[in-house]
Amino acid sequence: MTDLSHLTAQRREAMALLAVALRPELETPLAERWADLAFRPLRAPETGLVMLRGRIGGDGAPFNLGEATMSRAVVELDSGERGFGQVLGRDARMAQFGALLDALFQREPESVERHVLAPIRARVARQASQTQAETAATRVDFFTLVRGED
Amino acid sequence: MYVAVKGGERAIENAHRLLADKRRGPRDVPELTPAQIDEQLSLAVDRVMSEGSLYDRALAALAIKQARGDLIEAIFLVRAYRTTLPRFGYSHPLDTGAMQVRRRISATYKDLPGGQVLGPTFDYTHRLIDFSLMEQDAVPAPATAPHAAQTAMPRVADIIGSGDMIEASPPDEGAPVSDLTRDPLAFPAPRDLCLQNLARGDEGFLLALGYSTQRGYGRNHPFVGEIRLGEVQVEVEVEGLPFAAPLGAVTLTECQMVNQFVGSKTEAPKFTRGYGLSFGQCERRAMSMALVDRALRAGEFEEERKGPAQDEEFVLSHSDNVQATGFVEHLKLPHYVDFQAELALLREMRGENHASHPEAAE
Repeated sequence: MTDLSHLTAQRREAMALLAVALRPELETPLAERWADLAFRPLRAPETGLVMLRGRIGGDGAPFNLGEATMSRAVVELDSGERGFGQVLGRDARMAQFGALLDALFQREPESVERHVLAPIRARVARQASQTQAETAATRVDFFTLVRGED
Repeated sequence: MYVAVKGGERAIENAHRLLADKRRGPRDVPELTPAQIDEQLSLAVDRVMSEGSLYDRALAALAIKQARGDLIEAIFLVRAYRTTLPRFGYSHPLDTGAMQVRRRISATYKDLPGGQVLGPTFDYTHRLIDFSLMEQDAVPAPATAPHAAQTAMPRVADIIGSGDMIEASPPDEGAPVSDLTRDPLAFPAPRDLCLQNLARGDEGFLLALGYSTQRGYGRNHPFVGEIRLGEVQVEVEVEGLPFAAPLGAVTLTECQMVNQFVGSKTEAPKFTRGYGLSFGQCERRAMSMALVDRALRAGEFEEERKGPAQDEEFVLSHSDNVQATGFVEHLKLPHYVDFQAELALLREMRGENHASHPEAAE
């Protein structure tokens, strides 16, 4: 059971990285390493909407904030693994790449980790760190001044 | 009422061709790209996404280009595009508590846990035109400072709330969520419907209403408990997946307004709240939304409705600038038959007038 949930957590983390990948970060390794991948589409790549929900007060009952575009695809490898791809935006090919790599991650996780996920994770971490450093430079301390007459 | 007319095809076609030419402008000036609009007019993109009620930066940037910078026209284009797509589902409610914060300020606590960061803000600028922007000068890289891994930044309401001094958010009881894109507005409107309406409402309208409450038309004594800006992860249920699928992050601005206390014979007085949430970096709209949200709760607190901002039918029926512009601008369409009828009526009245009071006509 812990093994299973561990695998699920790993797959979920992989999916989170695939969702924020830049196009070459998926397209290039797929073309270089898995060019002859045999699969069939279970859900052809398509673009639609997801309604984003907020919570009243940030932590209360949900409300509909507004929609976002998203794309999705589902594939099945000839070896049997089923892959799901979904990204924000209208690039349905990215959803297809994500689905292929989600399926591949279940078949050969080390290879996907080394050639796809690790570079994305490093880029995302680098950017997050830069943003946090820039944000930290604007940290402010306000002092309350005593008013003259008192 | 306007009527269908025929003819004018050639004139319309040429007018649109002229529009395309004017959109492009003189050919010796480089053409704008949607990427430039996205990156360099990013707050316009944020507004079009918010009021277009569709989070898609590239699409909003393209709409702004097509609309020649007319943001309401761009919002109209985005809304129209939205209707061409199927809805796949609903996200899990976004957790703004887990936001990767790029800006966070409070006007109620100077030393709030997690600290205050100004981020990229117009606040404290002098509002003097910067003529150096006339030139394409290299812009210095932003300053950086050492940072620890981001610690949790508690909401201000939680800080005050630890002493039961402020009302809690209405709990999630799993009730169906109102959706004005599926059902027409009905009154009285529940708070979730109000917030959806305000979230896509015209910024100028919300700003004016919020301002009116400050000037006395439904005063509610607001303080900015907290404003935060940053990225929030989106998750959606996908059929066949045993966990919620991560989709990536969206940028949001959240405003927690803390308002004057309300109490009763049975309950100790406590602060009340208004809530604002917006796509992108839209601080003015998030603040205005929070002010109007609180004003619309007048009934809940048995406050006398004295201002337009407290009148939910007035506010919710007029907040949408696509509806508003449609109805105002339709006046340009041919009303020839209507007007002829009015003209005939007026002639008749004046004729009757002349007949009964001949001296008045002289």
